[in-house]
Amino acid sequence: VPRLSCWLVRAALVHLLAGFTAGGLLLAEKGVGRWPALWRLFGAHVELVLIGWTAQLAMGMAFWVLPRLAGGTSRGDERPAWAAFWLVNAGAVLAGLGAVAGAPAGLVLAGRAAEAAAVGAFALHAWGRVRPASGGG
Amino acid sequence: VPRLTRWFVKAALAYLVLALLVGVALAMPAAVRMPPVVLTLAPVYFHLVMVGWVTQLIFGISLWMFPRHARDRPPAPEALGWSAFVGLNAGLLLRAVAEPVHALDPRGGWGGLLVLAAALQWLAGVAYVAAVWPRVKGR
Repeated sequence: VPRLSCWLVRAALVHLLAGFTAGGLLLAEKGVGRWPALWRLFGAHVELVLIGWTAQLAMGMAFWVLPRLAGGTSRGDERPAWAAFWLVNAGAVLAGLGAVAGAPAGLVLAGRAAEAAAVGAFALHAWGRVRPASGGG
Repeated sequence: VPRLTRWFVKAALAYLVLALLVGVALAMPAAVRMPPVVLTLAPVYFHLVMVGWVTQLIFGISLWMFPRHARDRPPAPEALGWSAFVGLNAGLLLRAVAEPVHALDPRGGWGGLLVLAAALQWLAGVAYVAAVWPRVKGR
Protein backbone atom coordinates (compact mmCIF):
# COMPACT_ATOMS: atom_id res chain seq x y z
CA VAL A 1 0.00 0.00 0.00
CA PRO A 2 1.58 3.37 -0.95
CA ARG A 3 2.47 5.69 1.90
CA LEU A 4 -0.16 8.33 1.15
CA SER A 5 -2.88 5.66 0.92
CA CYS A 6 -1.81 4.40 4.36
CA TRP A 7 -2.24 7.89 5.78
CA LEU A 8 -5.57 8.48 4.07
CA VAL A 9 -7.01 5.09 5.06
CA ARG A 10 -5.80 5.21 8.64
CA ALA A 11 -7.10 8.74 9.07
CA ALA A 12 -10.41 7.55 7.59
CA LEU A 13 -10.50 4.76 10.18
CA VAL A 14 -9.99 7.30 12.96
CA HIS A 15 -12.87 9.37 11.55
CA LEU A 16 -14.98 6.21 11.39
CA LEU A 17 -14.40 5.51 15.07
CA ALA A 18 -15.10 9.10 16.06
CA GLY A 19 -18.17 9.29 13.81
CA PHE A 20 -19.56 5.98 15.08
CA THR A 21 -18.97 7.11 18.66
CA ALA A 22 -20.92 10.32 18.07
CA GLY A 23 -23.65 8.41 16.23
CA GLY A 24 -23.86 5.79 18.97
CA LEU A 25 -24.26 8.48 21.61
CA LEU A 26 -27.02 10.14 19.56
CA LEU A 27 -28.92 6.89 19.07
CA ALA A 28 -28.57 5.98 22.74
CA GLU A 29 -29.79 9.44 23.70
CA LYS A 30 -32.77 8.96 21.44
CA GLY A 31 -33.61 5.86 23.47
CA VAL A 32 -32.91 7.32 26.90
CA GLY A 33 -33.83 10.98 26.43
CA ARG A 34 -31.82 12.32 29.37
CA TRP A 35 -29.01 14.29 27.74
CA PRO A 36 -30.49 16.46 24.97
CA ALA A 37 -27.23 18.45 24.79
CA LEU A 38 -25.74 15.43 23.03
CA TRP A 39 -27.67 16.49 19.92
CA ARG A 40 -24.98 19.13 19.40
CA LEU A 41 -22.88 16.21 18.15
CA PHE A 42 -25.15 15.71 15.16
CA GLY A 43 -23.19 17.97 12.80
CA ALA A 44 -19.90 16.36 13.81
CA HIS A 45 -21.40 12.90 13.27
CA VAL A 46 -22.39 13.80 9.71
CA GLU A 47 -19.04 15.47 8.81
CA LEU A 48 -16.95 12.67 10.29
CA VAL A 49 -18.87 9.85 8.66
CA LEU A 50 -19.64 11.35 5.24
CA ILE A 51 -16.40 13.26 4.58
CA GLY A 52 -13.80 12.04 7.07
CA TRP A 53 -14.64 8.36 6.64
CA THR A 54 -16.36 7.70 3.32
CA ALA A 55 -14.83 10.37 1.06
CA GLN A 56 -11.35 10.08 2.56
CA LEU A 57 -11.34 6.29 2.27
CA ALA A 58 -12.36 6.58 -1.38
CA MET A 59 -9.42 8.93 -1.99
CA GLY A 60 -7.03 6.56 -0.24
CA MET A 61 -8.16 3.59 -2.27
CA ALA A 62 -8.20 5.57 -5.53
CA PHE A 63 -4.62 6.78 -4.99
CA TRP A 64 -3.61 3.13 -4.56
CA VAL A 65 -5.51 1.42 -7.36
CA LEU A 66 -5.85 3.93 -10.22
CA PRO A 67 -3.58 3.13 -13.20
CA ARG A 68 -0.06 4.50 -12.89
CA LEU A 69 1.68 6.73 -15.38
CA ALA A 70 5.01 6.46 -17.22
CA GLY A 71 4.62 2.79 -18.04
CA GLY A 72 3.46 1.88 -14.55
CA THR A 73 6.33 3.43 -12.62
CA SER A 74 4.80 6.69 -11.38
CA ARG A 75 1.62 7.99 -9.80
CA GLY A 76 2.33 11.41 -11.25
CA ASP A 77 2.49 14.59 -9.20
CA GLU A 78 1.63 13.50 -5.66
CA ARG A 79 1.66 17.00 -4.16
CA PRO A 80 -2.03 17.76 -4.85
CA ALA A 81 -2.97 14.39 -3.32
CA TRP A 82 -0.96 15.17 -0.17
CA ALA A 83 -2.63 18.58 -0.05
CA ALA A 84 -5.97 16.77 -0.27
CA PHE A 85 -5.00 14.64 2.75
CA TRP A 86 -4.26 17.65 4.96
CA LEU A 87 -7.23 19.66 3.68
CA VAL A 88 -9.83 16.91 4.07
CA ASN A 89 -8.75 16.20 7.64
CA ALA A 90 -8.58 19.84 8.63
CA GLY A 91 -11.93 20.43 6.91
CA ALA A 92 -13.80 17.57 8.55
CA VAL A 93 -12.44 18.47 11.99
CA LEU A 94 -13.15 22.21 11.61
CA ALA A 95 -16.65 21.73 10.23
CA GLY A 96 -17.41 19.04 12.80
CA LEU A 97 -16.07 21.02 15.75
CA GLY A 98 -17.81 24.15 14.53
CA ALA A 99 -21.11 22.31 14.62
CA VAL A 100 -20.46 20.79 18.06
CA ALA A 101 -19.34 23.90 19.84
CA GLY A 102 -22.00 26.11 18.34
CA ALA A 103 -19.06 28.20 17.19
CA PRO A 104 -19.37 31.09 14.73
CA ALA A 105 -20.58 30.02 11.32
CA GLY A 106 -17.15 30.94 9.98
CA LEU A 107 -15.66 27.79 11.46
CA VAL A 108 -18.06 25.54 9.63
CA LEU A 109 -17.59 27.65 6.51
CA ALA A 110 -13.79 27.28 6.69
CA GLY A 111 -14.15 23.54 7.22
CA ARG A 112 -16.49 23.10 4.28
CA ALA A 113 -14.19 25.21 2.08
CA ALA A 114 -11.22 23.04 3.06
CA GLU A 115 -13.24 19.90 2.25
CA ALA A 116 -14.14 21.28 -1.17
CA ALA A 117 -10.52 22.27 -1.81
CA ALA A 118 -9.42 18.77 -0.78
CA VAL A 119 -11.67 17.13 -3.31
CA GLY A 120 -10.57 19.61 -5.98
CA ALA A 121 -6.90 18.92 -5.23
CA PHE A 122 -7.45 15.19 -5.33
CA ALA A 123 -9.32 15.44 -8.61
CA LEU A 124 -6.41 17.45 -10.01
CA HIS A 125 -4.07 14.61 -9.08
CA ALA A 126 -6.30 11.74 -10.18
CA TRP A 127 -7.75 13.15 -13.41
CA GLY A 128 -4.94 11.96 -15.64
CA ARG A 129 -4.88 8.53 -14.03
CA VAL A 130 -8.50 7.80 -14.87
CA ARG A 131 -7.82 5.97 -18.10
CA PRO A 132 -7.56 2.39 -19.35
CA ALA A 133 -4.86 0.50 -17.44
CA SER A 134 -3.38 -0.85 -20.66
CA GLY A 135 -2.70 2.64 -21.95
CA GLY A 136 -4.96 2.14 -24.94
CA GLY A 137 -8.11 4.02 -26.04
CA VAL B 1 -13.95 -14.10 -2.71
CA PRO B 2 -13.58 -15.01 1.01
CA ARG B 3 -16.70 -16.17 2.85
CA LEU B 4 -16.79 -13.16 5.18
CA THR B 5 -16.64 -10.74 2.24
CA ARG B 6 -19.45 -12.62 0.47
CA TRP B 7 -21.65 -12.20 3.55
CA PHE B 8 -20.84 -8.50 3.81
CA VAL B 9 -21.51 -7.83 0.12
CA LYS B 10 -24.74 -9.83 -0.04
CA ALA B 11 -26.03 -8.19 3.13
CA ALA B 12 -25.10 -4.78 1.68
CA LEU B 13 -27.10 -5.52 -1.47
CA ALA B 14 -30.09 -6.64 0.61
CA TYR B 15 -29.94 -3.42 2.63
CA LEU B 16 -29.81 -1.34 -0.53
CA VAL B 17 -32.99 -2.96 -1.79
CA LEU B 18 -34.62 -2.55 1.63
CA ALA B 19 -33.51 1.09 1.83
CA LEU B 20 -34.95 1.92 -1.56
CA LEU B 21 -38.25 0.26 -0.60
CA VAL B 22 -38.33 2.40 2.54
CA GLY B 23 -37.60 5.37 0.29
CA VAL B 24 -40.66 4.49 -1.76
CA ALA B 25 -42.75 4.26 1.41
CA LEU B 26 -41.44 7.66 2.54
CA ALA B 27 -42.52 9.22 -0.74
CA MET B 28 -45.99 7.71 -0.64
CA PRO B 29 -47.75 9.80 2.02
CA ALA B 30 -47.80 12.67 -0.46
CA ALA B 31 -50.02 10.61 -2.72
CA VAL B 32 -51.53 7.86 -0.57
CA ARG B 33 -52.77 7.65 3.00
CA MET B 34 -50.13 5.69 4.97
CA PRO B 35 -49.83 4.49 8.58
CA PRO B 36 -48.19 7.07 10.90
CA VAL B 37 -45.11 4.86 11.36
CA VAL B 38 -44.03 5.67 7.80
CA LEU B 39 -43.52 9.31 8.75
CA THR B 40 -40.90 8.25 11.33
CA LEU B 41 -38.76 6.28 8.90
CA ALA B 42 -36.45 9.02 7.57
CA PRO B 43 -33.52 8.30 9.96
CA VAL B 44 -33.89 4.57 9.29
CA TYR B 45 -33.79 5.25 5.55
CA PHE B 46 -30.55 7.28 5.80
CA HIS B 47 -28.86 4.66 7.96
CA LEU B 48 -29.96 1.72 5.82
CA VAL B 49 -28.19 3.47 2.94
CA MET B 50 -25.07 4.76 4.73
CA VAL B 51 -24.49 1.94 7.22
CA GLY B 52 -26.30 -1.02 5.66
CA TRP B 53 -25.14 -0.39 2.09
CA VAL B 54 -22.12 1.95 1.89
CA THR B 55 -20.25 1.13 5.11
CA GLN B 56 -21.01 -2.57 4.96
CA LEU B 57 -19.79 -2.83 1.36
CA ILE B 58 -16.60 -0.99 2.34
CA PHE B 59 -16.06 -3.31 5.32
CA GLY B 60 -16.45 -6.42 3.20
CA ILE B 61 -14.31 -5.35 0.26
CA SER B 62 -11.53 -3.83 2.36
CA LEU B 63 -11.19 -6.96 4.51
CA TRP B 64 -10.59 -8.79 1.25
CA MET B 65 -8.36 -6.24 -0.49
CA PHE B 66 -5.83 -5.16 2.11
CA PRO B 67 -2.66 -7.26 2.17
CA ARG B 68 -2.67 -10.13 4.63
CA HIS B 69 -0.01 -10.47 7.30
CA ALA B 70 3.45 -11.59 6.31
CA ARG B 71 4.08 -15.33 6.46
CA ASP B 72 6.23 -15.02 9.56
CA ARG B 73 3.41 -13.36 11.50
CA PRO B 74 0.20 -15.00 12.72
CA PRO B 75 -2.88 -14.23 10.60
CA ALA B 76 -5.29 -11.57 11.79
CA PRO B 77 -8.05 -13.16 13.84
CA GLU B 78 -11.02 -13.62 11.55
CA ALA B 79 -13.26 -13.43 14.62
CA LEU B 80 -12.85 -9.66 14.56
CA GLY B 81 -14.27 -9.45 11.04
CA TRP B 82 -17.20 -11.73 11.92
CA SER B 83 -17.84 -9.71 15.08
CA ALA B 84 -18.04 -6.59 12.93
CA PHE B 85 -20.50 -8.31 10.59
CA VAL B 86 -22.77 -9.59 13.34
CA GLY B 87 -22.66 -6.38 15.38
CA LEU B 88 -23.31 -4.09 12.44
CA ASN B 89 -26.26 -6.10 11.16
CA ALA B 90 -27.81 -6.94 14.51
CA GLY B 91 -27.50 -3.31 15.58
CA LEU B 92 -28.89 -1.88 12.35
CA LEU B 93 -31.84 -4.28 12.21
CA LEU B 94 -32.63 -3.59 15.84
CA ARG B 95 -32.54 0.13 15.14
CA ALA B 96 -34.72 -0.23 12.03
CA VAL B 97 -37.44 -1.85 14.16
CA ALA B 98 -37.06 -0.05 17.48
CA GLU B 99 -36.58 3.54 16.29
CA PRO B 100 -39.94 4.00 14.52
CA VAL B 101 -41.81 2.16 17.26
CA HIS B 102 -40.09 4.22 19.95
CA ALA B 103 -40.93 7.43 18.07
CA LEU B 104 -44.62 6.52 18.11
CA ASP B 105 -44.64 5.20 21.68
CA PRO B 106 -41.77 6.79 23.67
CA ARG B 107 -42.92 5.21 26.94
CA GLY B 108 -43.36 1.74 25.52
CA GLY B 109 -39.99 0.46 26.75
CA TRP B 110 -38.30 0.42 23.34
CA GLY B 111 -35.64 2.97 24.31
CA GLY B 112 -33.40 0.31 25.82
CA LEU B 113 -33.29 -1.47 22.48
CA LEU B 114 -32.00 1.70 20.86
CA VAL B 115 -29.17 1.82 23.40
CA LEU B 116 -28.40 -1.82 22.60
CA ALA B 117 -28.50 -1.07 18.85
CA ALA B 118 -26.07 1.82 19.38
CA ALA B 119 -23.68 -0.34 21.40
CA LEU B 120 -23.73 -3.17 18.85
CA GLN B 121 -22.94 -0.87 15.92
CA TRP B 122 -20.22 0.95 17.86
CA LEU B 123 -18.60 -2.37 18.81
CA ALA B 124 -18.82 -3.44 15.16
CA GLY B 125 -16.89 -0.31 14.17
CA VAL B 126 -14.23 -1.00 16.79
CA ALA B 127 -13.90 -4.64 15.70
CA TYR B 128 -13.57 -3.65 12.05
CA VAL B 129 -10.88 -1.06 12.76
CA ALA B 130 -8.99 -3.56 14.93
CA ALA B 131 -9.18 -6.12 12.12
CA VAL B 132 -8.07 -3.85 9.28
CA TRP B 133 -5.64 -1.40 10.95
CA PRO B 134 -2.64 -3.76 11.08
CA ARG B 135 -3.13 -4.57 7.40
CA VAL B 136 -2.90 -0.92 6.28
CA LYS B 137 0.83 -0.57 6.04
CA GLY B 138 3.33 0.73 3.53
CA ARG B 139 5.73 -1.29 1.50
